[in-house]
Amino acid sequence: MEREELQQYLGGLGSLTFEEGGEWINLFVESGDFRALMEQLRRDEQLGFDYLFCLTCVDFKTHLTMVYHLSSTRYRYNIVVKSKLDRQQPEIETVCDIWRTAEFHEREVYELFGVKFMNHPDLRLLILPEGWEGKNPLRKDFEDEVNMIKL
Amino acid sequence: MYSTTEHIGVNELGDMIINVGPQHPATHGVLHLVITLNGETVKKVEPHLGYIHRSIEKMCESLSYRQFIYSTSRMDYLSSHINNHGCALAVEKGLQVEIPARAEVIRVLMGELTRVASHILWWGALAMDIGAFTPFFHAFREREMINEIMEETCGARLTMNYMVPGGVMFDLHPNFHKRVKALLQQFKDKLDEYDELVTYNTIFINRTKGVGFISAEDAISYGMSGPSARASGVSCDIRKIYPYGMYDKVQFDEVLLQEGDTYARYLVRMQEIRQSLSIIEQLIDNIPEGDFQAKTKAVLKLPKGEYYSRVETARGEFGVYIVSEGGMTPYRIKFRSPGFSNLSALDHMTRGSKIGDLVATMGSLDLVIPDIDR
Repeated sequence: MEREELQQYLGGLGSLTFEEGGEWINLFVESGDFRALMEQLRRDEQLGFDYLFCLTCVDFKTHLTMVYHLSSTRYRYNIVVKSKLDRQQPEIETVCDIWRTAEFHEREVYELFGVKFMNHPDLRLLILPEGWEGKNPLRKDFEDEVNMIKL
Repeated sequence: MYSTTEHIGVNELGDMIINVGPQHPATHGVLHLVITLNGETVKKVEPHLGYIHRSIEKMCESLSYRQFIYSTSRMDYLSSHINNHGCALAVEKGLQVEIPARAEVIRVLMGELTRVASHILWWGALAMDIGAFTPFFHAFREREMINEIMEETCGARLTMNYMVPGGVMFDLHPNFHKRVKALLQQFKDKLDEYDELVTYNTIFINRTKGVGFISAEDAISYGMSGPSARASGVSCDIRKIYPYGMYDKVQFDEVLLQEGDTYARYLVRMQEIRQSLSIIEQLIDNIPEGDFQAKTKAVLKLPKGEYYSRVETARGEFGVYIVSEGGMTPYRIKFRSPGFSNLSALDHMTRGSKIGDLVATMGSLDLVIPDIDR
């Protein structure tokens, strides 16, 4: 499928909005519909997105955005799935049973941004030492009293 | 990182829990594995990361688009050229600059030299992990030649910082051509020796064949990439499937094997050395004349938007994700490091195997810890 065709096909999968521009198709989904969409993207024979090559989060000060870069090794499609989260209580369903690489990536996002992944089997700190729960260094308002170098 | 809630010693099931690392010669850096053992059988491997976490992603948010590239040499220090290349590509995507042909060739040449140096070091280190000490010295002899080439042209042996947005920082050193030719000759003489020493060695084959198996489906699911995934038959060479630079103009094969064990991962890398040398051979006599850097503004500003670039490092797919708000510094940068995903598959690969095989499997993944921790 070409880009337009793929976008049309994706549009039929549920309630989602597309973001114009960008190298790949960017689609936004509500965090409530997120899990169902991800399952479809993985299972759908026409798409087969089996490779989650990047999972991260961006802090836009007013909200957090989860960003999932997906690739299909069969058809070589690439898409970006995004979901806006509330900054005070960021919560989203886990995808680590769909793509196992997500287990580590979600733990990383959990500690660096404080996003809670529901139904994650082992949501603990991965990189930061003990005592950093609740402090999220990659958030824009994070301040480290000890080591912060103001640039 | 290490947590005090973890029970160390013997748990209620009678399983022994031991720590490998963070200071352990086989982990090649500060990797810490908490291993649950039943006798000699591995029941669970849990990596504890962060001993060399510098939060490079956060640092980059306060560095300009020229400066941040230098910090990426400190991540995967064995593929620093390729890391820099990926970052330069992402910035160039935003700037829409055309790269001079000479710079493109130099970039690919440097990238392939780095890949050879990285694979050759890995070759020596894997043999050492398994108990053979000699290959390590052979590997360092050839690697030293590459380091000298780097030192002359880039001014550094490991953290080269040679790629800049728009091209490369300096022109090639006059000795470059001569030295690369000598290196190619050296490898022609020595690669077969490598095979005699390790590849056909019965002890080595016994230690690696059938060890640490992972299927193609699992490798994709764990996000594995690079030679580790290609040994399971996953076609994932970014140079082939999404060519960047001038990889679409050179002849090389993507090395694919189906076995998925440690020996297959070994063979893939050995063949990749040959492929990289062939790329160098094709380009070294055909470096076009001209500029080595495109003209760019003194202060770089990327238009508001998102830029993602993918490159193939010696370890696998390296991704740079830049979110720009239009300012002089990136709003957010994410580095998708190949080692992080490859490591996450280690538990799956070693469950049920013997603890002695764990080191062989871990060695075959070619982990670089600063790349995992960032």
